[in-house]
Amino acid sequence: MSGLWVAVLLAGAACLAIKLAGHLLPEHWLAQPRVARVAALVTVALLAALVAVQTATSGGRLTLDARLPALVVAAVALALRAPFVVVVLLAAATAAGLRLLGLP
Amino acid sequence: MCDSDRVTPHDPVTAARRQAISVSVATGLYGVSFGALSVAAGLDVAQTMALSLLMFSGGSQFAFIGVAGGGGAAGAAIASAALLGARNGLYGAQLAPLLALPRRWRLAGAHLTIDESTAVATAQPDRRAARVGFWWTGAGIYVLWGLFTLVGALAGDRLGDPRAYGLDAAAAAAFLALVWPRLAGRTAQLVALAAVVVALATTPVLPAGVPVLLAALVAVVVGLVSTGPRPPGPAPDGVA
Repeated sequence: MSGLWVAVLLAGAACLAIKLAGHLLPEHWLAQPRVARVAALVTVALLAALVAVQTATSGGRLTLDARLPALVVAAVALALRAPFVVVVLLAAATAAGLRLLGLP
Repeated sequence: MCDSDRVTPHDPVTAARRQAISVSVATGLYGVSFGALSVAAGLDVAQTMALSLLMFSGGSQFAFIGVAGGGGAAGAAIASAALLGARNGLYGAQLAPLLALPRRWRLAGAHLTIDESTAVATAQPDRRAARVGFWWTGAGIYVLWGLFTLVGALAGDRLGDPRAYGLDAAAAAAFLALVWPRLAGRTAQLVALAAVVVALATTPVLPAGVPVLLAALVAVVVGLVSTGPRPPGPAPDGVA
């Protein structure tokens, strides 16, 4: 079994274990406002960091290419309350179009 | 025994089921983007399906393929997925007393505990409607998310160079769409900004995947230090 398969299965098991722990642990352990606040902020930080890394880096270096204007288009679509699929498709179309025009 | 009861739109159980079905369809559909992006990130169709069926949490799945596809170590990919899944644990603690599931249903219930099923369940006026809303949303998304992941993965497999189709930009946009409904408060906005700065500043000097985890550390520190109201529950238009 390849390393990637092991990672897929371990990550899946970890996510299920976390869900199960929530259902089985006494509620008061997780009901502290501080725990809820940290969990909410960790979610925001991870997603924001992933936006940055997916948009402006490749191979461990900072890069500027067609992904940045595509992200701006996605942000405008989100501000206009477009659904998820539309946002993703608009970003893909923007990047693909700009690359047809010669942008990296 | 309820033959004479007419089911009206005001019946909370019917309303919960209806809401569950519409949320399931909307959420299930974007399994297509996950499937296509996962294959573009270098996973095969079976691994992509394993993520949707075993991990079953959109944010964690996108994070896993983002880090693994970007050349990150397996450990960093697993840690990113688990950290993004942490909120599901809190949802479980919220749902356990609300649904009061019999022991044999707890594993299935836990597996289906995601943003949407929690949001629909907690929005209902009574326990019966909450249960119906939870199971119909969770199971509905599970089936459709898996199905549409397969469609996306098979389509992505035939595409060729993902950059030509802008799939790398689509991945970034997917993360933006996932974080968008969570940026309501000032603290969340500042944490997001700090996370972006930390991730970009450390990318040239740290192994792939680690900058993202470092950004999460910022959130832990801010969350422990700051005071403020308890954050709201799952965003209604959040992540699977």
